[in-house]
Amino acid sequence: MSELNSALEHPTYNYKVVRQFTVMTVVWGIVGMLVGVLIAAQLAWPALNFDLPWLSFGRLRPLHTNAVIFAFGGSALFATSYYVVQRTCQVRLISDKLAAITFWGWQLVILSAAITLPLGITSGKEYAELQWPIDILITVVWVLYAIVFFGTIAKRKADHIYVANWFFGAFIIAVAILHIINSLAMPIALNSFTAYSVYAGTVDAMVQWWYGHNAVGFFLTAGFLGMMYYFVPKQAGRPVYSYRLSIVHFWALVAVYIWAGPHHLHYTALPDWAQSLGMVMSLILLAPSWGGMINGMMTLSGAWHKLRTDPILRFLVVSLSFYGMSTFEGPMMSIKTVNSLSHYTDWTIGHVHSGALGWVAMISIGAMYHLIPILFGRERMYSTSLINAHFWMSTIGTVLYITSMWVNGILQGLMWRAYNQDGTLTYSFVESVAASYPGYVVRVMGGAIFFLGMLLMAYNLYMTSRKDVEPQAAPAVASAA
Amino acid sequence: MDINDLRGLSTVFLMVTFFGLCIWAYSSKRKKSFDEAANLPFADEEMNKETMQEEARNG
Repeated sequence: MSELNSALEHPTYNYKVVRQFTVMTVVWGIVGMLVGVLIAAQLAWPALNFDLPWLSFGRLRPLHTNAVIFAFGGSALFATSYYVVQRTCQVRLISDKLAAITFWGWQLVILSAAITLPLGITSGKEYAELQWPIDILITVVWVLYAIVFFGTIAKRKADHIYVANWFFGAFIIAVAILHIINSLAMPIALNSFTAYSVYAGTVDAMVQWWYGHNAVGFFLTAGFLGMMYYFVPKQAGRPVYSYRLSIVHFWALVAVYIWAGPHHLHYTALPDWAQSLGMVMSLILLAPSWGGMINGMMTLSGAWHKLRTDPILRFLVVSLSFYGMSTFEGPMMSIKTVNSLSHYTDWTIGHVHSGALGWVAMISIGAMYHLIPILFGRERMYSTSLINAHFWMSTIGTVLYITSMWVNGILQGLMWRAYNQDGTLTYSFVESVAASYPGYVVRVMGGAIFFLGMLLMAYNLYMTSRKDVEPQAAPAVASAA
Repeated sequence: MDINDLRGLSTVFLMVTFFGLCIWAYSSKRKKSFDEAANLPFADEEMNKETMQEEARNG
């Protein structure tokens, strides 16, 4: 009972669940990125699938995307949303038990994905490959997550609901709606994984990309903007540049993102008006996206010198630059004439990774480096110079990845559309594959460098967690170069 | 009245909503409360310290 009394006198936060999700963020980041490096290598050297069905590109690619988006990104979002909602509401999570269930439930979802996807059990819907029993489990975990998150907001001590929580809240609600509507399917039998979507034909494609693009918009954008709105001001030691701008760009972002999906279906059976609508909405999206980017960047005005000594802040700020870059590139690629060149080429993959590595992973890594010492009761991370090394590996890895895919994408697009004077195609498809080889090799290098950086992070996390190891003395000026 | 009037009206409605939101957010009346909200990340160091001490006690 004495524990209970002291808890009543001195209310505390639930850091246990945050710590669990934080550790798993690093673990799943390593797993997911390793699979990514393997399949990138398979595209350069196809023999690396070892003629095993479980290691074939078609099965490992969804494993990679699920692992990095939902296991790595998802754990980072759970960790930071549980942390931020407690600290800005100044109240403990509404239920430690429910929070623990969301942790173990989410790990179970990830484990089921890791088993079923290599076995080839898939619905075939991109980013929604998991079959119906796992979809139901995801729904249950997600509803509990919403209860914990919004329940905590409901009993908050602070008057305001801080802007980061608005973004996390939008992410939780929108992902629930997207997941349930896109996953509606009829199983062929209760003892079978196989199920058929309730939608058919073009409608199925449109529902899928309404889901797919909003998985980008709400999972990979709104959620991580929530992270940005807490960790950038906190790490920079100053409040966000403009709270007013954050409100305007929040509502603009959530109102516009939901319409952008059709740009994934340019020049398909989707009606032309729907394609044009998707294109226009995607172009408008530039404004609210850059609203967030500018708001984050300008938070540093007057504190730019901190970038010289603080590699964590560098992670956060460079992630915002990549966010600004990829949210410019995205609207540009949604223009139908640009899309006619870029669609189905590696340019798309490069664009996704400028967002996924540059923005999502780097802001998560920065937030984790901020969180880990607090969660393990330390002054700072074990080694600041290792964070700095990780920062440069991430940046160089991302740049190598996206530039090689730009080159490959434009090369492929131009080769596929080249005609001879008599109207025949200048190049066969396989010639464009052969021409892509150098780009594929550079991509493996970029991805591998990014992956190795994650190993440094794991080591740094382990050393920070050890009670018998003191943090290394921080270098006076962590190499500004 | 046909469907195109509805489309036009919905555009007007969204524009009015957006400008209303901007005016609401940028009105000087709300400046003080937004400044308070913007400082929330820095307002709870005490409870963070309590939590870290409690965790250190429980090993």
